[in-house]
Amino acid sequence: MSLRIKSRSTLFSLIFGTVAIALASGALAYQANLIPASRLINPDDLVQILQSAKSEKPLMIQVGSHVLYSQAHIPGSEYIGPASSESGLQSLRKRVESLPRNKFIVLYCGCCPWSHCPNIKPADNALKAMGFTNLKVLYISNNFGADWVEKGYPVAKGD
Amino acid sequence: MKKGFLRGLILFAVVAGLCFMTRHRGGPSDARGTSIGEQSLAPDFSLPDLAGQKLDLSSYRGKVVLLDFWATWCDPCREEIPHFVNLQNKYGDRGLQIIGVSMDDGPEPVREFYQRFKMNYPVVMGNAKTGELFGGVLGLPIAFLIGPDGRVSAKHIGATNISVFEKEIVNLLPSKAGLSRPCS
Repeated sequence: MSLRIKSRSTLFSLIFGTVAIALASGALAYQANLIPASRLINPDDLVQILQSAKSEKPLMIQVGSHVLYSQAHIPGSEYIGPASSESGLQSLRKRVESLPRNKFIVLYCGCCPWSHCPNIKPADNALKAMGFTNLKVLYISNNFGADWVEKGYPVAKGD
Repeated sequence: MKKGFLRGLILFAVVAGLCFMTRHRGGPSDARGTSIGEQSLAPDFSLPDLAGQKLDLSSYRGKVVLLDFWATWCDPCREEIPHFVNLQNKYGDRGLQIIGVSMDDGPEPVREFYQRFKMNYPVVMGNAKTGELFGGVLGLPIAFLIGPDGRVSAKHIGATNISVFEKEIVNLLPSKAGLSRPCS
């Protein structure tokens, strides 16, 4: 009897622990805060690159909301689909799969405050997993409106 | 000589006028849209709700409207909505009408969300044009409080403490006795 109880409690502990870890991993999966600072790029710095005649221009991909992209986006950036969805991630992978792995790529979203963005970390994870080594993520603290448009940085609209 | 001077002056005035006009012509900055500030008349729209019926914002003139731009994938939005449901229950019979404008790409996830969160106010499907009407909805959530006169009373960008909304709503609603709130 006591042996069965010990086995059950061990089993429950294992199950509980596994579920807890899985939930935590899921929750952390889109934590933009976990992207190392070394791979972030500030709006100021990106604008300087875009406006410089000498700098290599990145492939810029917006991985958030199409409705927000249509209203305003960085000129020259492409819309792929929300990276919080599997279809969006597939589109992203397809877009970059033929590119050299040292291609300069900048991902951005700006849908909501940085720590709540559901799109940027999955996109970053996907491209890192594909072996891209020159990948930056645009750090947008509040949202694209406040941190890019209202700062007077270049903006385009439409599809 | 006088005629020549006059011609020169007129030419100068025309060129100066053209320079002034073209300096203010739009370009990429058009994407910034018209600013909607407090006391501006809220832009009207006619958008489909989740049942496909058209909802006109102007039909709610006379009520206090909390217009909430949100999306199902937006965490701060999801946190606000249960509080909005409570506010609608609490103040709906006093003249509050909350309207959600979903900025999702399609209605399917919104319908499922609506049921799951037992939302008790209309939700319409917004688009880029709706966002531009309201000065650019370039991040979520954004909420506008519109008074009975149709004028924007407040604009909140980002998640906002529900007590702030409640205080503003109560200030706009007629008092419980049905009398208009006295000017302060």
